[in-house]
Amino acid sequence: MGKLFLKGNEAVIRGAILAGCKAYYGYPITPASEITEAAAKYFPLVGGTFLQAESEVGAINMTYGTASTGQRVMTASSGPGLSLKQEGISYAAGSELPIVIVDIMRGGPGLGNIAPEQSDYNQMVKGGGHGNYKLIVLAPNCVQEMCNLTMLAFELADKYRNPAVILTDGFIGQMMEPVELPNPIENIPVKNWRVDGTVVTKKNLISSIYLDPDELEEHNIKLQTKYRKIEESEVRFEEIYTEDAEIILIGYGIVSRILQTVIEEARAEGIKAGLLRPISLFPFPKNKINQLADKAKLLFVCEMSNGQMVDDVRLALNGKKPVKFYGRMGGVVPTTQEILNKLRILNASLQNEDNFVDSLTDSYLKI
Amino acid sequence: MVKDILEKPESFYEIFERKSGSNKLTTHYCPGCGHGVIHKLIAEAMDEFGIGDRAVMISPVGCSVFAYYYFDCGNVQAPHGRAPAVATGIKRAIPDSIVISYQGDGDLAGIGGNEILHAANRGENITVFFVNNAIYGMTGSQMAPTTLIGQKTTTTPYGRSARNEGYPIKVCELLSSLEAPVYLERVAITDAKNVMKVRKAIRKGLQNQIEGKGFSLIEILSPCPTGWGMKPVDAKNWVDEVLMKTFQLGVFKDKTAEAAPEIIEQKEFTSDEILKILGASKNGSDFLYDKPEVKINYQNPRIKISGFGGQGILFLGQLLSQSAMRSGYYTTWLPSYGPEVRGGTANCHIIISNNRIGSPLGAETDVLIAMNLPSLDKFENDVRKDGLILVNSSLISRNVKRNDVEVLYVPATELADEVGNTKVANLVMLGAYTAKSKIFSHDCVLFTANETVKKKEFLKVNEEAFRKGMEYVLNNKHKKIKNTIL
Ligand SMILES: Cc1ncc(C[n+]2csc(CCOP(=O)(O)OP(=O)(O)O)c2C)c(N)n1
Ligand code: SF4
Repeated sequence: MGKLFLKGNEAVIRGAILAGCKAYYGYPITPASEITEAAAKYFPLVGGTFLQAESEVGAINMTYGTASTGQRVMTASSGPGLSLKQEGISYAAGSELPIVIVDIMRGGPGLGNIAPEQSDYNQMVKGGGHGNYKLIVLAPNCVQEMCNLTMLAFELADKYRNPAVILTDGFIGQMMEPVELPNPIENIPVKNWRVDGTVVTKKNLISSIYLDPDELEEHNIKLQTKYRKIEESEVRFEEIYTEDAEIILIGYGIVSRILQTVIEEARAEGIKAGLLRPISLFPFPKNKINQLADKAKLLFVCEMSNGQMVDDVRLALNGKKPVKFYGRMGGVVPTTQEILNKLRILNASLQNEDNFVDSLTDSYLKI
Repeated sequence: MVKDILEKPESFYEIFERKSGSNKLTTHYCPGCGHGVIHKLIAEAMDEFGIGDRAVMISPVGCSVFAYYYFDCGNVQAPHGRAPAVATGIKRAIPDSIVISYQGDGDLAGIGGNEILHAANRGENITVFFVNNAIYGMTGSQMAPTTLIGQKTTTTPYGRSARNEGYPIKVCELLSSLEAPVYLERVAITDAKNVMKVRKAIRKGLQNQIEGKGFSLIEILSPCPTGWGMKPVDAKNWVDEVLMKTFQLGVFKDKTAEAAPEIIEQKEFTSDEILKILGASKNGSDFLYDKPEVKINYQNPRIKISGFGGQGILFLGQLLSQSAMRSGYYTTWLPSYGPEVRGGTANCHIIISNNRIGSPLGAETDVLIAMNLPSLDKFENDVRKDGLILVNSSLISRNVKRNDVEVLYVPATELADEVGNTKVANLVMLGAYTAKSKIFSHDCVLFTANETVKKKEFLKVNEEAFRKGMEYVLNNKHKKIKNTIL
């Protein structure tokens, strides 16, 4: 089939519709608005529901309502909107509703700016709302993946009865690339827990309330068990040039693209660098990172944030190998050149092993 | 008269299994509380209409958070104040369902003010039962938006003062200014006569929804003996004698007679139909053009296009990328976005490559297309050695300062004027770049332009502009276009 030339944000809606999503509720915000606009264009054409909500709070709760009926449904926004959605996301996690949420990250905190950042990692991967819950988080790094991972998000959300998130940045949302549309997902299983105004579902209840502490603990344990199962089965990542790598670069989203170019140039200079790109941020590829660390001498994490994912890398390694970090904030996208320069310094110090651990610290942040 | 609480309507569970504790026969409400009576009246109306199987009850946050203990129908529990949004999501998904949003005054008029306002304004075909007891019952008698002036609560220990807390919000009056709502009435749980009116209003609110007429809200003044610190009898009297003075009973809007029922058709689509709607075969690269032989220096270009808004900068970039896609290259297009674009300048990066593309930004620029002077000023130095700069010499009077790059001066705006439309200067540049780089075939670019341009009357002028640009470069071939002053 022929390819389409699409923006990342437009590809999200193609993916959603191909995944059998029936409804979209959103509120405009740059750099995610094209998702809402594409939804407004396409959902009515395929017999779905599109509604511009009164706010992100309204949007997430409409999403919650449609999800309660067992239909596939989604909402999308950017940082400030996600902050508003957190209450509803926590309710959806507690009620085990499969919804898909897209976050096209922008610069923060506060109103920040509309340039791409990766500073919502903690709010999406670690929680962000109240309670002991986890979201399935997927991080596309190209337009094709904006489509495909959105489809996967719907499948995983249904499979685990859990909210799933597409977490990416303004660049991936705004850029255009060729996309090949996958075939639509057919025969989506009917959910027997749904509440859709029918005799067979009238005894069902969608709720996150467990008044009795023992019962709520039991519910929490059930959720934690589910998250563990997700960690066992749904880890996704990509590696480039890792076989003989002495330095493993780790980055997701737009940063992984920049790192790919960095590594290509570094290899040309004889620097043995490789890339690990987490595709799923929860579950995080902990084991893979450990395996790579067995052979590598150093791990180098780059993010467009103050260093959020790097915490997970460090937790995974528990001090096994040095982890260095380089981050830019405020919507500044690091250039290939600046990262390459850092990599050269790291590589040089590797060849001179005695003093490298001491001489390199986290002052790598924005030097 | 209200039936005895033990004589349960069909739409009430016989035994309240979901209720915690050992007493599963009576509700969790305090003696004399209006919620229990209202629940029963709703359940009776559900029985009468026979809608128990189709109904979805939304429990709010407040004393009625456990409404799902009682109603024998589908139940969804919503976040505080968000029931109208949750109701919207359910009703839009399942138009056949009967969706009931049951809310207290803190829930509806306080935290959920925005959700109810907009659900009402959209005329959602739902029924809202709004229980106004002038207090936050569940959390222990704090002030509600409906608390009366002077009324003492745990957060207005000296009485509500208009100066500090404002006035009680009259929801029916407020919503009655909206076009969409079909039916708004305020009733009260007091004596038998008023309870009859409550029953009637509840029935009407449900009937409107069953008939697809639109949004109904019934505000019910309801005693909260516990919250008010009164005996049940006194509480009832207080509704009658005090609360009703501020919240007058009556119909605030009734378009039931003229409201036309909404008919919602739901159609299923096949996979092929969906793919077609999503554009799979429309402007896709159904067939590929051959990749021409490209000189090494022009291979895998990282291109920057810059100019002011209205010059079709982003579009030019898209044409380049799409032509690349149709020629079987990898390609990315990255715009500058947001207010910057509105400010008048626009630029985009395009990468065309034989290999999978990493950073869409590119470490350096191989080709700069500068459509105005600020663009040349800003980006000239980003071009790599031996790179290519295309200058719109109609608008840029100076020469490129560097002498280690190749430069093409193309009077793009003038050539565009020659074909009768200044706006197609971008296509002139596209022609110039295509002729120079030979990175894709002319046919491919023209096909792409024709596929992409929305207004078909532009097709011809686009093509002419494109050819002008090409010819300009081809005819100037003999000239030395290394950067010498022309
Ligand atoms: C976001 C949030 N804020 C506050 C609360 C605490 N809370 C629970 S019920 C309630 C007030 C409910 O009052 P109302 O809607 O008048 O219902 P009533 O209990 O009087 O029936 C509040 C503030 C909450 N659950 N969630
Ligand atoms: S506190 Fe008031 S509203 Fe709540 S159950 Fe008791 S009487 Fe009813």
